[in-house]
Amino acid sequence: MSDYESGYPDYMRESLDKVAATRASRVGKSFKAMTAEEKDKILRDFHPDWKMDQKRGLKVGPSKGQLMPHEVVDILEAHSIIKPEDIDLSSIDYDVDVLIIGAGGAGLSAAILAHDSGIDPDKILIVQKLRLGDANSKMSQGGIQAADAPNDSPTIHYLDIIGGGHYENKPELVEAMVKDGPDVIKWHEELGVLYDKLDDGTMQLAPGGGTSRRRMHSCKDYTGLEITRILMDEVINRQIGYVEFTCAVEFVMDDMGQVAGAVLYDMDSDEYKIARAKSTILATGGFGRLHIQSFETTNHYGATGDGIVMAYRTGTNLIHLDSTQFHPTGSAYPEQIVGQLCTEKLRGRGAQPVNADGELFVYPLETRDVEASALIRECYGRERGVTTPSGMKGVWLDTPLIDVINGKGTIEREFAAMFRNYNKFGIDIRKEPMLVFPTLHYQNGGVEINVRCETSVPGLFAAGEVCGGVHGKNRLMGNSQLDLYVFGRRAGKAAAERAKTAKTGKLNLYHLDRYEKWLREAGVETDRKSPILLPEYRGEKTLKHQLKLL
Amino acid sequence: MENNAEIVTIYVMGKKHKVPGDLTIMKAMEYAGHQFTRGAGCRGGYCGACATLYRKKGSYKLEGALACQKIVEDGMYIAQIPFNPAEKTTYSLDELRPDANTILEYYPELSRCLACNTCTKACPQDIMVMDYVQASLRGDIEQAAKLSFDCISCGLCAVRCPAEIVPYNVGQLARRLYAKYIDGPSQHVLDRVKEVEEGKFDEGIKELKNMDKAALQERYETREKILE
Repeated sequence: MSDYESGYPDYMRESLDKVAATRASRVGKSFKAMTAEEKDKILRDFHPDWKMDQKRGLKVGPSKGQLMPHEVVDILEAHSIIKPEDIDLSSIDYDVDVLIIGAGGAGLSAAILAHDSGIDPDKILIVQKLRLGDANSKMSQGGIQAADAPNDSPTIHYLDIIGGGHYENKPELVEAMVKDGPDVIKWHEELGVLYDKLDDGTMQLAPGGGTSRRRMHSCKDYTGLEITRILMDEVINRQIGYVEFTCAVEFVMDDMGQVAGAVLYDMDSDEYKIARAKSTILATGGFGRLHIQSFETTNHYGATGDGIVMAYRTGTNLIHLDSTQFHPTGSAYPEQIVGQLCTEKLRGRGAQPVNADGELFVYPLETRDVEASALIRECYGRERGVTTPSGMKGVWLDTPLIDVINGKGTIEREFAAMFRNYNKFGIDIRKEPMLVFPTLHYQNGGVEINVRCETSVPGLFAAGEVCGGVHGKNRLMGNSQLDLYVFGRRAGKAAAERAKTAKTGKLNLYHLDRYEKWLREAGVETDRKSPILLPEYRGEKTLKHQLKLL
Repeated sequence: MENNAEIVTIYVMGKKHKVPGDLTIMKAMEYAGHQFTRGAGCRGGYCGACATLYRKKGSYKLEGALACQKIVEDGMYIAQIPFNPAEKTTYSLDELRPDANTILEYYPELSRCLACNTCTKACPQDIMVMDYVQASLRGDIEQAAKLSFDCISCGLCAVRCPAEIVPYNVGQLARRLYAKYIDGPSQHVLDRVKEVEEGKFDEGIKELKNMDKAALQERYETREKILE
């Protein structure tokens, strides 16, 4: 019996004791990694992407016919939340060279590079739905990949990415990402990002699911926070323009068929504003808050997929939106933090997923899609999970192993965030495992771009999670952090170059009329409107009795 | 969420609500009908958007928490502090030196610190805020950087500080100075950047790009793994 107070309900004690009893015997043991055939089978049998009744073909626009989750088709096959006739485009509120929509890692990087490329700080405008830096970027815990270790190379990184993405990635985007990787880390260090280092001054690098080298750079388990806050500080120091609690709701186009800015919505005053720009960068992030297949999510409050909707109405291509990333380890208990991320770095440093009987049942560092499928199989295929008081199932992530393997104090030092967050709910992850289940984590697909971050519509650039292509059908850990800075920087630079010579014509919103026509022609009859801007978590009764009187 | 939890009474900016007692402050406010624009962010304890002050019925003590991380208690009076009117000085990091008085030069109000420890008590991250404020004051950049590292800039320390210091901005400057000038860059990163620029990997990547799927898959499945 354990000598500490358990943070779990009494009925879980028997299973917890089994985990503790097998712990010593699991040290240094692993589980055989799956063969290509085994991976293929488990994905088909258990991965949510393979539940075909949870998807349908998109009926409108240039990417018509693509299969996507119902929740995504629902926001694409929907009317705009604005009516073009209500909007006066002759009164310009912000007239800039480069407009950036979204202030996460990609948007902030783009702003800094646009400035470096010679655009005046007051001719750059970042619009942000919530606060500067409020994005999934900030929540990234485990780290960022870049092939800078002597035994590693961008070539090996390329192979890991393309195999992990099931060979569906756009090769030129992968090449750009792996080659820019080391330079992104160099840039971060110049900006004052405090990476974890060994005593000799070299980077402390960890393995991740599907990587063949130790390539994960980290800032404890606050990697995204550390990088984002420094980019924010830099944007403020450079006096680059930004406006918070103001979201873009549609792009504005011009009579030359270019994107030429956006219709903004001031969330305080409920008024619309018009931003005109020579180049526009879309960096709005992903769609976790759509709760695909009712999964809980690790995502930020603002991650409602607005960007794909706005871009698609201008006629951009979408790619790989049939594929969604479920992170293998989200919290399954306690109730208050269900769905939140338990970083992959925990497994990178030795934590093992074990079932209710305390048995290791999967190689801990399979790619995320395969690892997540193995957890789902253990709970629902083999019935060897642990059921929580609310009826959810999960398996154990045996975190105490981290200190057993790496020495006492490792968890507190390297997993300060995880340790702190669980402690707040009475669970000491140095002594007890975490109960976990896959959680909706990342939008693998999105707007199609080239290596200059240009979309198929002139004047519109895109970077970060809103884009698809670089990760193929499955993203590896730490590559979304890298993606943000690689393509954010490229977008900022290319958008600045374009802005130096581009001219904008007469503004219009004809693309919204065209989209209505597409909906009609496809026979889509709906009262849905999008983008949705914020998720809805209020109670049924509140919503039923809503009046807008003030 | 299925909920059999005991119902408790909370007061959101004075207005009384009955909510399940196992919800976080954030979820309890939504349960009570509130839709956040300000005051909610990552919902996971990483962004500091949901800084909240509360006082429990019958208590003189004003306490701070993150709304997404704190479970409601019966009789809690709640007010969020979604924005903090703090001064952030601007600077070019490239032009600074990691000298003992650099931080003080940009944040001279540091010298007003009374060492009262109110900031530390207010911190929902349990950071030793006063210790890093004092380290900044003495010019110990390394100590200030390391002690402040887990800060999420929620602002509760600044709201409570009687000397009107903004500790989280001070910590930010300390960390950037420390990382750039004292910790310094890793040589192997600089070496690799140079190799990429020289085109050392171009041929290898070109080879992979030109492979058909079967050959690429073969290469991937048989690749060497060096994870120690």
